Amino acid sequence: MSITVYVPRDSAALAVGAERVARRIAEEAAARRADVRLVRNGSRGLFWLEPLVEVATPAGRIAYGPVAPEDVPGLFDAGFLAGAAAQALHLGPTEEIPYLRNQQRLTFARMGVTDPTSLADYAAHGGFAGLRAALAMEPSAVVQQVLDAGLRGRGGAAFPTGIKWKTVLAASAPQKYVVCNADEGDSGTFSDRMTMEGDPFMLIEGMTIAGLATGATRGYIYVRSEYPHAIAALDEAIHAAEMAQHLGDDILGSGRRFSLEVRKGAGSYVCGEETALLESLEGRRGIVRAKPPLPAIQGLFGRPTVINNVITFASVPLILARGAAFYRDFGVGRSHGTLPFQLAGNIRQGGLVERAFGLTLRELLYDYGGGSASGRPIKAVQVGGPLGAYVPESLWDVPLDYEAYAAVGATIGHGGLVVHDDTADLSRLARYAMEFCALESCGKCTPCRIGSTRGVEVIDRIRAGRHREEQVVLLRDLCDTMINGSLCAMGSMTPYPVLSALDHFPQDFGLPGPSTSPSGSPSRGVEHA
Amino acid sequence: MTTAVAPPPPADAPATVLAALERRAGEPGALLPILHDVQDALGCIPASAVPQIADALNLSRAEVHGVVSYYHHFRSEPPARHVIQICRAESCQAMGAEALLAHAEQRLGCALHGRSEDGAFTLEPVYCLGLCASSPALMLGDEPHARMNPQRFDALVEQARSAP
Repeated sequence: MSITVYVPRDSAALAVGAERVARRIAEEAAARRADVRLVRNGSRGLFWLEPLVEVATPAGRIAYGPVAPEDVPGLFDAGFLAGAAAQALHLGPTEEIPYLRNQQRLTFARMGVTDPTSLADYAAHGGFAGLRAALAMEPSAVVQQVLDAGLRGRGGAAFPTGIKWKTVLAASAPQKYVVCNADEGDSGTFSDRMTMEGDPFMLIEGMTIAGLATGATRGYIYVRSEYPHAIAALDEAIHAAEMAQHLGDDILGSGRRFSLEVRKGAGSYVCGEETALLESLEGRRGIVRAKPPLPAIQGLFGRPTVINNVITFASVPLILARGAAFYRDFGVGRSHGTLPFQLAGNIRQGGLVERAFGLTLRELLYDYGGGSASGRPIKAVQVGGPLGAYVPESLWDVPLDYEAYAAVGATIGHGGLVVHDDTADLSRLARYAMEFCALESCGKCTPCRIGSTRGVEVIDRIRAGRHREEQVVLLRDLCDTMINGSLCAMGSMTPYPVLSALDHFPQDFGLPGPSTSPSGSPSRGVEHA
Repeated sequence: MTTAVAPPPPADAPATVLAALERRAGEPGALLPILHDVQDALGCIPASAVPQIADALNLSRAEVHGVVSYYHHFRSEPPARHVIQICRAESCQAMGAEALLAHAEQRLGCALHGRSEDGAFTLEPVYCLGLCASSPALMLGDEPHARMNPQRFDALVEQARSAP
């Protein structure tokens, strides 16, 4: 009987040699006449252990990692095909690794478990249960489930998903669209990429349900060009779903239709803003549109459009399969369900942690992350991508919930955490925030286009100590203009990292400090936001 | 610094562009897919392709040029045989990306957006590859590489240089 060995095909595993490890295992197995079936799964999201090799044994899957190609003969010698423990890389049963065991994997339940190219594997692990449930319901009932579940947009804006869907359902038009925003450009985030590479049928199922719920029959997935593996995985999955009639003109024999197409971005960060993304899909420069009209009323090609992030769509199949109440009961306050947090930057155990809202940054940094990779004290954590605030230690016990974070002038965004140790210079990172905005601004509104360049200059003068006090006043004034005068989040949120750096780490700007803000005190920086 | 002169676009460029236009005929909002097809085949969007695409889509040349020049991904001149994109975003910065970039510039003998002394590599910045739990990261062509350091970078460059 053949023994199943899993070697991930996730980009982050490939980036540390998983392809060579897989090849080496196949060669070694052939040479030893071992009957090995190699499955290329998604990643479990324990990236410091990648390449993480798993062996299926009667006692469950046993993990070894991080495995280098040269470790492979030794693994065979030690009897890893039987799950032998006498090996330095032996990690025990995968599901018992505390980092994984202590998560609440709802959306990521299949991640790293299944073969992402196998429709049968997907179905065997609960796939398409949500779609079948949706097919048996009226569109308005599907929308109601999503509303009742309390699902909010996981791209960062946290707008109630059901409200968007309801608006599109109510709109009447000869054609409606479902668009997936897979332009995951925030540094420190990779949950969309993992989903597309490691469980693409979940996204397809979620978008199909959105189509059934709103009367949209065409969907587009706009994926950034920096994700070639995700694009390939989606194309393959869409083809397989079409062949099996999970997509197309007669979904599962229901007579209802929905078709999907992948569109590749072209390296523009601002195309992650929904209206710029729609412009790009229509074949133009990714320039932000003024709202209203909302995309739900006049979106792609002027038609009613559901536009949501990858994780938002990916959360839907489970809601339909298990019911709104099941999902809603996770989380705190008005932040229902779970979020896949992503631990990145200077962290010892970087990876994906799916937990219900309400845990704290400190838990993520130490209970999961194990502290900094460098071994030095952690100084600041940028939460929510390049437009997110730098969160100082005094705020690490604030529960991760949308409202609690907004109250301290921070944002959860797409759930990315970038950790910096005490060698980080926050004035330099603030400058980078302005520089990045200048580089990526679409140019439509003045506060963002001009403000970001002026911001770099002002921070340069502060750093050089030229009229420092006056320049700080100027910088705050500039940030105020950007926050209140910009057309989209690019310009209005770039001040978040800048002001949080200035407020919490004034000494890095050559100002009197250290920060006097006592534990839990709100940032003063973005009170106008 | 960058001294190598970019080779002229291949003579079959008009045919390649025509093939892309025909493949995407009737597709709504097809400009980006067409540009991707052209760049995938020719390595760039040559200036001569702009009027051809504009005519076919009933757009002005300015509109097509505007799209080509707006997006960082599209280039008007072909790159070197290998393109190295080094991530400069925050997560990689927190793990030494700036030092890695300085090393790469020195090793390749070119600045960002430039071509290496031997003409084999184009060095580009990129802002996030989604490999942030294994920073710093880079792409060599379509191949992701993470947990980079100067030694690994040198080995990668050597390997690519000697590849057929």
